[in-house]
Amino acid sequence: MFDEDNQAGCSLFYKIIRTFVRFFEDRNNKDIKYMENRSIVSIANYGKEKIQYLLNMAAEFEAHPNRQLLKGKVVATLFFEPSTRTRLSFETAANRLGARVIGFTDPKVTSSSKGETLKDTIKMVSNYADVIVMRHKLEGAALYASEVTNVPIINAGDGSNLHPSQTMLDLYSIYKTQGTLENLNIYMVGDLKYGRTVHSLLMSMRKYNPTFHFIAPKELEMPEEYKLYCKQNNIKYIEQQDFTEDTIADADILYMTRVQRERFTDLMEYERVKDAYILKADMLGKCKENMKILHPLPRVNEIEYDVDESKHAYYFEQAQNGLYAREALICDVLGITLEDIKNDKTIIG
Amino acid sequence: MEQNKENMMVAALENGSVIDHIPTDKLFTIVQLLDLEKFKEEVVIANNLKSQVMGKKGLIKIAGKFFSEAEISKLAVVCPNIRLTVIKDYEVKEKREVTLPEELTNIVKCANPVCITNNEPMKTVFYRKDKETLKCRYCGKEQNLKDIKLK
Repeated sequence: MFDEDNQAGCSLFYKIIRTFVRFFEDRNNKDIKYMENRSIVSIANYGKEKIQYLLNMAAEFEAHPNRQLLKGKVVATLFFEPSTRTRLSFETAANRLGARVIGFTDPKVTSSSKGETLKDTIKMVSNYADVIVMRHKLEGAALYASEVTNVPIINAGDGSNLHPSQTMLDLYSIYKTQGTLENLNIYMVGDLKYGRTVHSLLMSMRKYNPTFHFIAPKELEMPEEYKLYCKQNNIKYIEQQDFTEDTIADADILYMTRVQRERFTDLMEYERVKDAYILKADMLGKCKENMKILHPLPRVNEIEYDVDESKHAYYFEQAQNGLYAREALICDVLGITLEDIKNDKTIIG
Repeated sequence: MEQNKENMMVAALENGSVIDHIPTDKLFTIVQLLDLEKFKEEVVIANNLKSQVMGKKGLIKIAGKFFSEAEISKLAVVCPNIRLTVIKDYEVKEKREVTLPEELTNIVKCANPVCITNNEPMKTVFYRKDKETLKCRYCGKEQNLKDIKLK
């Protein structure tokens, strides 16, 4: 049995060994073609083990969100494209772990507007920050950024490409409410064509034997490439256009998205379908006891306000889960392990 | 007889490269790609030659020219499955089928206007998905070889 000094001694010894291991890992990594660091650009290829690891980490943060685990660290939030919700969530995550936050929320006030390249901005900020959270309107920007710096990058959305922290919080919300990610009936509703979150979620669920129901108007149905992805990965899916009490009765998760007017080339078609994908409280009569409604937010009118009172409504808690998921992602890229978090002595309150 | 003449044409090269098995409709694309108009050494461009495999084919013989791997990759994108012969001191030193490589660095331009590669001074990287499709490393968009634009 260790006393506290011994424990601290062991922990120090463990950290020294780990530092050595990482040093040699880093040296090896430099030999490979692309600069590898602990960046999170995409989680689409994460295996079950890694996802579960991050879910467990998020659960630890949910139990104790306020810590000094990142005391002395600087987190940069570079929002080349505005996104208040995601930025606030990341900044809160960093602040609640004791880090300091630098960054910008509008590229117009930065050197980007003077023509500075992304590479130069990332190189410059890398001199100041321990981790860079970035959102960019261009697809592949986060991957490129991760190749030009040793500082880990967290992709907070790159155009319509990827948004891994949203996927992580969706997975955490599903796991938390259903107790598992396995064998679930997931109903995706609304804009399945342009909805980045539904595509990412679909890919991340591939190893959990889900059955997807795609409910969307013709113009916004799930793109062929994702249906092909489902077929290649033996993911069951059913496409339907009707959105009624009966068609959603078997859902474990009802993932709502916004049908946006600007996505339609035919405005007559928009007028025809705009009210067909609105969830109303009286549609929940036949749904399963465990069913939860998720939405990446912001909503406009696709979920009526009377649904908020339902026990099935989960979208605001889902957003709160984003805080814990992002605390987990920041720690993961900084090399802080689940074990470190479990043994953390910096918990506040 | 045609074949003999062609062989003589190739054998007559002291040092240089021969690109053979060019589909006839791709010959002038390759001439343009290699910028042969400005080339000062001896260049022979032939088209509609009889071919047992292809029916008709194009052929280019360039004196004093040895292709880099990057140039060969470009050729492979425009025209997969051509044959490249390297000649030194009148002897065939190397003969290879040019096939599309697994990875293409800074050869192809991404067709996605909001891909980072079209907005930043950086190299493009494409992966071969199958013999007709390339996938951008950065934005993940796939492109058919028919629609490819070179950088």
